[in-house]
Amino acid sequence: MSGGVVIVGAAETDDIGTLPNHSTMRLHTEAARNALRDCGIDKSEVDGIAGVSMPGPISVAHSLGIEPRWVDTTSVGGTSFLTHVRHAVAALEAGHCSVVLITHGESGRSQVGAPRYTPDPASVVGQFEAPYGVTGPPSRFTVPFLRFMKETGTQARHLADVAVAQRKWAAMNPRAKFRDPITVDDVQNSPVIAWPFHLLECCLVTDGGGALVLTTEERAKDLDVAAVRVLGTGEGYEASGISMMEDFTTFKGFKNSAADAFRAAQMTPADIDHLMIYDAFAHLPLYGLEDLGFVGRGEAGEFVRAGHTSPGGSLPMNTNGGGLSYTHTGMYGMFAIMESVRQLRGTAPAQVAGVRTSLVQGNGGMFAAGSTLILAAAA
Amino acid sequence: MTGTIEEIRGKTAGVKRPRAKMAPSATPETRPYWDAAADGRLSVQRCQACSHVYFYPRDFCPVCSSDLVEWIDCSGRATLHSYVIEHRPGPGFENDGPYVVAVVQLEEGPRMMTNVVGVEPLPENLPLDMELTVQFEPRGDMWVPVFAPAGASA
Repeated sequence: MSGGVVIVGAAETDDIGTLPNHSTMRLHTEAARNALRDCGIDKSEVDGIAGVSMPGPISVAHSLGIEPRWVDTTSVGGTSFLTHVRHAVAALEAGHCSVVLITHGESGRSQVGAPRYTPDPASVVGQFEAPYGVTGPPSRFTVPFLRFMKETGTQARHLADVAVAQRKWAAMNPRAKFRDPITVDDVQNSPVIAWPFHLLECCLVTDGGGALVLTTEERAKDLDVAAVRVLGTGEGYEASGISMMEDFTTFKGFKNSAADAFRAAQMTPADIDHLMIYDAFAHLPLYGLEDLGFVGRGEAGEFVRAGHTSPGGSLPMNTNGGGLSYTHTGMYGMFAIMESVRQLRGTAPAQVAGVRTSLVQGNGGMFAAGSTLILAAAA
Repeated sequence: MTGTIEEIRGKTAGVKRPRAKMAPSATPETRPYWDAAADGRLSVQRCQACSHVYFYPRDFCPVCSSDLVEWIDCSGRATLHSYVIEHRPGPGFENDGPYVVAVVQLEEGPRMMTNVVGVEPLPENLPLDMELTVQFEPRGDMWVPVFAPAGASA
């Protein structure tokens, strides 16, 4: 158990959605300042900072007027921020720093000061995937799902069930981009993006940011905040290309990272009150529920359809509405952590009663990287 | 093109320059694969120590780490492992209509990403595990393997 490190500050940018007047850097710094205000720690006390490589934590730190003596620039896609938390826990426990700021900002929709992604044609993915018209996640991340369906008995309709369940949570969340109730028919009648995936089974593209402040339990004692404890973490990796995934029905990034997190927390899925599974596309919660051990193989679709992950269900999942209905800047992991923190603090718009433990499962680079956090409410 | 900025803007307004499909760029360890493809052969590597056949190209065996690896020509037969029918075309595919982005399993074992061609891209025409055969399409100066239903003419 990695006891002793807590999340004390957690905040998103003032607004999320379409923010053409916010540069990528502004989204980072606004979220960072909000998170520091949230916990009452002065920026002069921040000596560790983490963020993905663009614009990079050194740039963000300098912009904020922070002089770090520890940085983490791990960039493994949308799960990077969960990985930063894991690395920050280790750094804080080792005494390499005393307060860590983790920032995310992405102008995914408006593309203000945002880097464009183009694969290097000499890279493995550039040579062996990009020539086939697979430039974006909708035509790559989705490819394994037909095999998952065939091997597990899952139906294409289960994708729509995921979208419908998450929209029920979004309906209770004023910050969610899509809040109107939808039916399975609505989902299946939305435009085909990459068959069998329809528009409403693919995530949003938005602008926004979020930031976290982590420190030791010792330092947190003086703060007037509901500190969230980090009980267990894990990370796991597979391959940079979808075509290189060993088994299209299970993701090592989910399995290996969650196994480590459960081991560290000395917990099993039965101990988890609230769950976030990064839903860039509607198949990911199905993979996640099975790979993390919340349901058996081939059971995830029916589990969601039966309402177990919906409001009032036994395993509330993606309670902000998820990447499908809440927001998705391109690297959604930070927003998944934010919702877990809110649920554990009792401040979520769609608050679930009695949440004491929450698991956040991220994925990054499509089926390349996974990381897991098991968090708990203040003791 | 010459003229004032306004004149040039006028000439180019609304003109969409056709984009090329992304072409791969070979590295020293992948060069034999691309040379074979340009010659109409699908070539992958086999480890002489442990017999593992693998793709993408590396100059050592990813299973047993042996340096003793050789190139073998594949039969060109494969099965359809999984796919999507892409309705939002990538650069260079704008005029192709919906197209199939697939992962196929070669008769020799390895899987690779490709396009399935020579068949109308409808789910009923594309059952998983259907048999396919290789053919080659140009991407810039390079040739990439694509697959068509077995028995269909190119």
